[in-house]
Amino acid sequence: MQVLTRSIPLLITGLAGLVMILSAFFPYTSEWGKVAGQFFNILAAFAFVLGGGNLLKIHLKKVSDQSKGWGYSGVILVCFIATLVVGLGKLGVYPNHDYPNIRFSGETQSSGAFWWAYEYVFKPLTATMFSMLAFYVASAAFRAFRAKNFEAILLLGTAFIILLGRTFAGVLVTGWIDPQGPFGGLRLEELSVYVMQVFNTAGNRAIMIGISLGIASTSLKILLGIDRSFLGSGD
Amino acid sequence: MNRAGQRIALALNALLLAGLTGVAAASSPLTGAPPAPPSGVSAEDKPWDGGGTVLLRWEASSTEEIKGYEVFAHQEVSGSVAAAEAEQSAKDEAEAQTEAILEGEGVAPEDAEQQAGERAARDVAPVTDVPKWNSLGVVPPDQLEFIASGLDKSTPYRFMVRAIGSDGEASADSNVTPALVPYAQWFDGAKLPLFCILFVICGAVFLYVMLARSGMPMKIRTIAGLKAVDEAVGRATEMGRSILYINGIQDMDDLQTVAGVTVLGHVAKTAAEYDAKIEVPTSRSLVMTAAREAVQSSYYTAGRPDAYNPDLIYYVTDEQFGFVAYVSGMMTREKPAACFYMGAFFAESLILAETGNSVGAIQIAGTAQPSQLPFFVAACDYTLIGEEFFAASAYLSGQPDQLGSLKGQDVGKIIVGVFIIIGVGLATVQAATAGMPSMESLHEGATSAVDFLVNTILGS
Repeated sequence: MQVLTRSIPLLITGLAGLVMILSAFFPYTSEWGKVAGQFFNILAAFAFVLGGGNLLKIHLKKVSDQSKGWGYSGVILVCFIATLVVGLGKLGVYPNHDYPNIRFSGETQSSGAFWWAYEYVFKPLTATMFSMLAFYVASAAFRAFRAKNFEAILLLGTAFIILLGRTFAGVLVTGWIDPQGPFGGLRLEELSVYVMQVFNTAGNRAIMIGISLGIASTSLKILLGIDRSFLGSGD
Repeated sequence: MNRAGQRIALALNALLLAGLTGVAAASSPLTGAPPAPPSGVSAEDKPWDGGGTVLLRWEASSTEEIKGYEVFAHQEVSGSVAAAEAEQSAKDEAEAQTEAILEGEGVAPEDAEQQAGERAARDVAPVTDVPKWNSLGVVPPDQLEFIASGLDKSTPYRFMVRAIGSDGEASADSNVTPALVPYAQWFDGAKLPLFCILFVICGAVFLYVMLARSGMPMKIRTIAGLKAVDEAVGRATEMGRSILYINGIQDMDDLQTVAGVTVLGHVAKTAAEYDAKIEVPTSRSLVMTAAREAVQSSYYTAGRPDAYNPDLIYYVTDEQFGFVAYVSGMMTREKPAACFYMGAFFAESLILAETGNSVGAIQIAGTAQPSQLPFFVAACDYTLIGEEFFAASAYLSGQPDQLGSLKGQDVGKIIVGVFIIIGVGLATVQAATAGMPSMESLHEGATSAVDFLVNTILGS
């Protein structure tokens, strides 16, 4: 069992990683990298079935046990099954114009009940969730910008410059400074650009360099089998 | 557009240009006569590349005043390939027109498809044997070479160049080069600097792993976010509430997800020891499988295999905001005592972290998405920033060989630091010596060095 659960997955991980590295530098092996990527896509496609099965199992159990919040599970199950039926059955889909007599020849992307549900149910719900972000940004900013200590005051001041510099009010406040004069750089819109291009870019690059080195080191540990904790054998 | 059409268009452009600039027709003795074409056009496959690049050279046109040279390529494809391309093009056009008709004219979909098919069939150009010359670009008159890139690696190409006169009129065609396949060499030379850097960094990591195994003591600074794991799990145990662990929304092919699963193993072990409930909703089913393996192993290691419940690690949905809606709702209803966000996050990061904050959970986040870090810093109690997140596994395990890899990573930082100092120094010299005749050679040297650093080292 140790061979099936540890050695073979480690071997596959190492080989796939090696192929991906080789394909980046040796053009003749670039196709191998694509094949490795396709293998992952095939696995991920099978995993959809696994995910669907798990979803059904978990929520059917909740409904069956009538555990806390089982009504939500009922809604999930109804939506899941309805979407599956209209999607696989291609309900309301017009046949492809090349094969007008074959009912299943049409595509669900432009017509049918699946398309309708996606366009008029799923997309508005998604947009609703996304739009809530604006309120969360406001509440997080309110907490983060409290001038508790020196660092927080610096953060608050920088945020003030950036936020104001990107509005018409910012342009208006420092509009009296001659843009061509020696103090033109102190106009809020100019300061905002300066902070973003110099301080923000420098900090971002430092983080990016650290991340890149971390990725290289972690990848090597996984490829060499030094870090096996993702397989459940770390300790 | 065929060649006659191109010439007419160029002639019209020339007329328009002359009218706009007010250049008198009599000011140039060559007005009206096209410039002489360049000669000796030669093509050569670029050595040590990944394929698809050809170096072109030619001798200057005998006409003195020209605007530049336009380079053309002809891809030699068989008749069947050309026909297939034309058919695909018609199909794409029909689909695009269907969309346009559906959106713009409001007709029924089946009518729109039929109309679009008819229009595309009417508009598609017939396949002919006339070579199709595609313009690759225009170069200044003093440039007598061109690098044609982005070509197909497996099909032959022919090239030719035309001179463009000062009035915009194109010369006759130059000689056409023999057919040439821009094939790939066994090693992509442009990536040699990257290969060397990778070799040095990986070598350093490997070396320090070996040194750590041989007993060399390794020290790592305290990472507050990871030190707080015990505190968070302990709090959840005391409050009798669950721990929520979110592994990001990417699949197992993203290293952040792998790092997240690694941290999950350690958190689950602590949870098993404290007898706390840990719940892991996942956005990908492969992540669910990996997370189950990691958590099960942790429960075994903690000596609590009976307490492991696979139903607490489950798949929700691949959809970003669908997943967020589920997790936010669950947080609001169940009020977990501790929330961990470890992996790749996008716009959902703040929604999750703010919801967790509103229910009073202690929150620890870790991600390598620089754009999401400020949100986590603002809304969470502890945040693992970039490399700290990848160092988490080594830190939590405390294994010498894993700590050794962190030391190797530090060598990479030293190399990067040295390159930054050299680059900044050279760029400063380049800027300071610009326009100083006495420092011309120093300026040229600094410029070449900066170009090498920017285009060759960073460009690889």
